[in-house]
Amino acid sequence: MAKLNTEKIKQDFPIFNQKINDETLVYLDNAATSQIPKFVEEKVRDFNEKERANVHRGVHALGLRATNQYESSRQKVANFIGANNAKEVIFTSGCTDSLNLVAASFGEQNIQAGDEILVSIMEHHSNLLPWQQLAKRKQAKLNFIEINSDGLLDIENLKSKISSKTKIVALTHVSNVLGTINPIKELTDLAHEKGAIVVVDGAQAVGHFPIDVAELNVDFYAFSGHKMFAPTGIGVLYGKKDLLDKMPPYRLGGEMIANVTREGATWAEVPYKFEAGTPNIAGAIGLGAAIDYLQSLDFELIQKHEQELTSYALEKLKNVLGLTIYGPQKSNGRIGVISFNLKNIHPHDLATALDLDGIEVRAGHHCAQPLMASLNTESTVRASLSIYNTKDDIDKLVSSLHEAKEFFSEFR
Amino acid sequence: MSLDKLRSLYKAVILDHAQMPRNYGQLTDFSHETTVYNPSCGDKIHLTILIENNKIKKIAFNGEGCTISKASASMMTDLVKGKSIKEAIELSQLFSNLAANKKSDTLKLEQLGDAQVLVNIMQFPARIKCATLAWWGLDRALLGKEKEEEND
Repeated sequence: MAKLNTEKIKQDFPIFNQKINDETLVYLDNAATSQIPKFVEEKVRDFNEKERANVHRGVHALGLRATNQYESSRQKVANFIGANNAKEVIFTSGCTDSLNLVAASFGEQNIQAGDEILVSIMEHHSNLLPWQQLAKRKQAKLNFIEINSDGLLDIENLKSKISSKTKIVALTHVSNVLGTINPIKELTDLAHEKGAIVVVDGAQAVGHFPIDVAELNVDFYAFSGHKMFAPTGIGVLYGKKDLLDKMPPYRLGGEMIANVTREGATWAEVPYKFEAGTPNIAGAIGLGAAIDYLQSLDFELIQKHEQELTSYALEKLKNVLGLTIYGPQKSNGRIGVISFNLKNIHPHDLATALDLDGIEVRAGHHCAQPLMASLNTESTVRASLSIYNTKDDIDKLVSSLHEAKEFFSEFR
Repeated sequence: MSLDKLRSLYKAVILDHAQMPRNYGQLTDFSHETTVYNPSCGDKIHLTILIENNKIKKIAFNGEGCTISKASASMMTDLVKGKSIKEAIELSQLFSNLAANKKSDTLKLEQLGDAQVLVNIMQFPARIKCATLAWWGLDRALLGKEKEEEND
């Protein structure tokens, strides 16, 4: 049966051609940022060396070529996420920027005192704080959907919290702590029945499984490029065109206008209305290249590989005495973002010990402090998988965990 | 692996302080108090200090923390107990210099007692915040800045 060739894939990523703390690099912090393949870097470099110019301004040849490349990336993104129209794709600086755009534009325009905004307890701060602060400004109410003991969204709790007062439901597609995949379609149907719009944080989903925004019927979908092999500083907001058309601009300046006089201005069409200033052109081209790279690998194989590896990692980690895994304990309904703690060892100490072995994981609250509180912890260690990770990486992780455990237990 | 590397970072005296922290708890009778957070991991240290006649008569800390932050808090509280406010602030400045990799003469560093071993931590930039958290709290408490204000 066809399999992802991880060895070949690893060779596509120059970062692996080095030692970290004198050890072979085992990169398990993909939920924070993925690595970048040479192919994407080369496309960005080619643009800078051969086509660099500003977009949608000049009448010269380079300006036209730059604009064509930029717009062709937009079309690639639209195809990649199943958007019906490339005008529904807005380039932003990242997922955080995209979510702030929705809160500042749609939220500011539509939320009134007494309205309710519904988020889940598993949100990253970037899909919590814009809504929390909007609710405060507008004297609206922020409600939380809880999770059950398996780390899954509590659907009954969701049904009890959603009402005709709910105007916005903001939910992560995949938890950046628990790895849980949320049932977006089911939620979208429930929310639309009550007249609420749905904003999805897709930061941890894109690049791991196919996204179809039209099929999911979401109103807004946000994600970052750097978690899917593109450069940092580029992200996307997908929005339904009829909603985007009615929304006021979020930032003011160049490129986003139709006409300006001394007294006033009219705005450009979407998506340009939301892309004030010179955009991250090279970043957008890098994102397009990352999509080409991902599509050259076959999503079915990526999913199969990551699910098998997640299953292997969960099984191996469960055998480490004193280790607690947060979130779903089986590999179905989740991706390879695995949070855990080892009894009596602080996550920071554990991450330092792993780092000395060349194993890069994240330790901390993962910008999800309310979730940490509901899990009764301050912080966790998080290992997150990608296309270039192997069973050998997991074995190294587990062996290093055992050694760290031994070291710190000598002093207990 | 790196058990040797681990040992060079986590010296026995650090592990000892983290295991059996000195001055752990909360004073019931105190004149100064502060809570400081390490925003990267959510760790917090709560300090209570009793100052009489311009001297630190009692000091205690509690909260959540890793080995480095607990050990550093334990060492700091041990060191400043009995010192005048001015002396304590000077020690804190000395420790900040150590963290910022500024040269201090060896004679002066000796004033930091056990806390001198934390110099090793400074080779691990990601952990410097863990080591400086308690000292930052001391500064805040003594210089009169109370709890973090919630931004709402």
